[in-house]
Amino acid sequence: MPRTVLEPRFQVEYLSVLDAEGSLDSALDPGLPPAELKRLYRAMLLGRRLDERMVRLQRQGRIGTFAPIKGQEASQLGSVAVLRPTDWMVPSFRETAAMIWRGWPIEKLLLFFAGHLEGGQPAPDQRDLPITIPVSTQLPHAVGLAYAAQYREDDVIVMAYFGDGATSEGDFHEALNFAGVWHVPVVFVCQNNQWAISVPLKKQTNSKTIAQKALAYGLPGIQVDGNDVLAVYAASREAVARARAGDGPTLIECVTYRLGVHTTADDPTKYRSAEEVAEWERRDPLTRFAAYLKRKRLLDEGLEAAVDEEIAAAVARFEATGVADPLVMFDHVYAELPPDLKAQREALAEGLRSGEPGRREKHEPSPPMRGQRSGKR
Amino acid sequence: MAKLNMVKALNLALMQEMERDPDVLVIGEDVGVDGGVFRVTEDLHRTYGSKRVIDSPLAEAGIIGASIGMALYGLKPVCEIQFSGFAFQCFHQIENHAARYRNRSQGRFHVPMVIRMPYGGGVRALEHHSESEEQFYAHIPGLKMVIPSGPRNARALLAAAIRDPDPVVFFEHKALYHAHKEDVPDESETMEIGRARVVREGDDLTLVAWGGMLRVAREAAETLEQEDGVGSDVIDLLTVAPLDRETIVRSVNKTGRVVIVHEAPRSFGPGAEIAASIMDGAFLSLEAPIARVTAHDVPFPGFAREKANVPDVARVVAAARDTLAY
Repeated sequence: MPRTVLEPRFQVEYLSVLDAEGSLDSALDPGLPPAELKRLYRAMLLGRRLDERMVRLQRQGRIGTFAPIKGQEASQLGSVAVLRPTDWMVPSFRETAAMIWRGWPIEKLLLFFAGHLEGGQPAPDQRDLPITIPVSTQLPHAVGLAYAAQYREDDVIVMAYFGDGATSEGDFHEALNFAGVWHVPVVFVCQNNQWAISVPLKKQTNSKTIAQKALAYGLPGIQVDGNDVLAVYAASREAVARARAGDGPTLIECVTYRLGVHTTADDPTKYRSAEEVAEWERRDPLTRFAAYLKRKRLLDEGLEAAVDEEIAAAVARFEATGVADPLVMFDHVYAELPPDLKAQREALAEGLRSGEPGRREKHEPSPPMRGQRSGKR
Repeated sequence: MAKLNMVKALNLALMQEMERDPDVLVIGEDVGVDGGVFRVTEDLHRTYGSKRVIDSPLAEAGIIGASIGMALYGLKPVCEIQFSGFAFQCFHQIENHAARYRNRSQGRFHVPMVIRMPYGGGVRALEHHSESEEQFYAHIPGLKMVIPSGPRNARALLAAAIRDPDPVVFFEHKALYHAHKEDVPDESETMEIGRARVVREGDDLTLVAWGGMLRVAREAAETLEQEDGVGSDVIDLLTVAPLDRETIVRSVNKTGRVVIVHEAPRSFGPGAEIAASIMDGAFLSLEAPIARVTAHDVPFPGFAREKANVPDVARVVAAARDTLAY
């Protein structure tokens, strides 16, 4: 009756391809063609410039609260770029850059953050779930999508996004456990940006890495430099290939940093130091990728102006959106409007027409007048 | 036509729907090889295999969350939560997501899934195995809340729920599973969700009940007929939400007196909503205040005391007599 060490022992890899100065480890270079490198950089820059613009729009009261992505562009684009349009993308609420890569028009995202339901509607052929706000609750959906794809024998994989805080939630653990047991084609991408609002990672988990949490569920986990777009790309490509080949799920931990606020309602100076932020600014994903591209002579002049122009045009389209028709709130609650809801909709429509909202809804059949009854009492 | 109890009738609906539509899957704890703790999914695994009849890990949020993903993809999962008292571990998935994806995506996605849960008391069970929680689900926009009262309507409503394009929470009263048998047609049968049924007619009183309370209401109506010469409409709600207010209002406009019976605690329960509907639609016909016979506003008291908590025939008859004498 011995007390022994169980095998196998586990290891977690860390991957970095470009260092903070933009120098490449050529042995780990994912070997992207120049056009793809340029496309990735443009998307990162667009994400950054849009983020800055959205903060201004929020401060001006033109959109509501939103969650900026500044600093996380490489984590989002290095991963989403390996998907096919036929694959599924499951976002949380801080994936603006990845969502634009997947085809969401900028003006639609602005509409979403301006409180319009229409902003959450994916295009008819788009395999993207809408933004999910309750932390980690979208992860089981990704597992179900992957199960369904496997059940139908479709050549489709699923990529799901979440943050470091989400790994404390039960749904994260249930999703990884189900994915492991079912061996489904899903890639979990954790953007570990170090802070869940004011709570730092060391108060979130006693694990040395988030990647190692995968091992408990019998799936591979890898930690990558999340500010290194080529490292994220390489790890994601490997995980997606594994999923596509029927070899099951993977957890990728992108070690990154939220350079901005949690949301526009947050003041991070209350809980973290300027020195810490400055340290991460030195590792900015755009700076290092730009340095690398410049050395390869792949950095286009005038890119910033072109990106700003694209954003300005989208903002103009967003601002041209008319007033939200209140009645739309009834349109997609059920496939068919139940009688109750129909009556509520009609009452509101009538109130809006007559300028007298709040009148009683009409109920059928109308009651008989007092005295018409048998008068048993 | 076969004489079936509710367990067998539900099983028949599942068998036939899985046969009809390869997108229908069954998922839950012990639903596969074991056939479910109440045997509702018996033989499905043997017939349709592990991919369609999934013995899931023991995790309610995972079951409902993964099923939502399957439904978004186009499958039609039928989930079993082993007891309704455990559904709070997936309540967020039901409220935050199953009920909302259609709206959140503005019609791009919908969630055609059924969430089956045994509910209700009277089976001498532990805490969390005897509660009635229909009001929580009935309150959520985007969900439908269905509760059959016997084998035939259980089978027909479950088939309808599976074919429904929206998420349906489907409660099955544990005390009804083996309570009685009914003739159930061999060929597939559905019933419209959102429609109540008048199962007994009378001019003096309306009794509204559903699920496990229907037989209590029926027996009370029988007693009132025998002992008091009082004729009652007995309404079997069958769907709690969306509520068939029209059937209730029509009956109360005829009788002027109503007793609502439910097994859920009283305050903010379905009886309050039904009473409000009656005030809206039959106020001038009322001859007496609307009465409610319900469980008390206490946590389920353990089965040694459940008889004093769950409404029974005597309490319903007494409330009806007060109403009639008003």
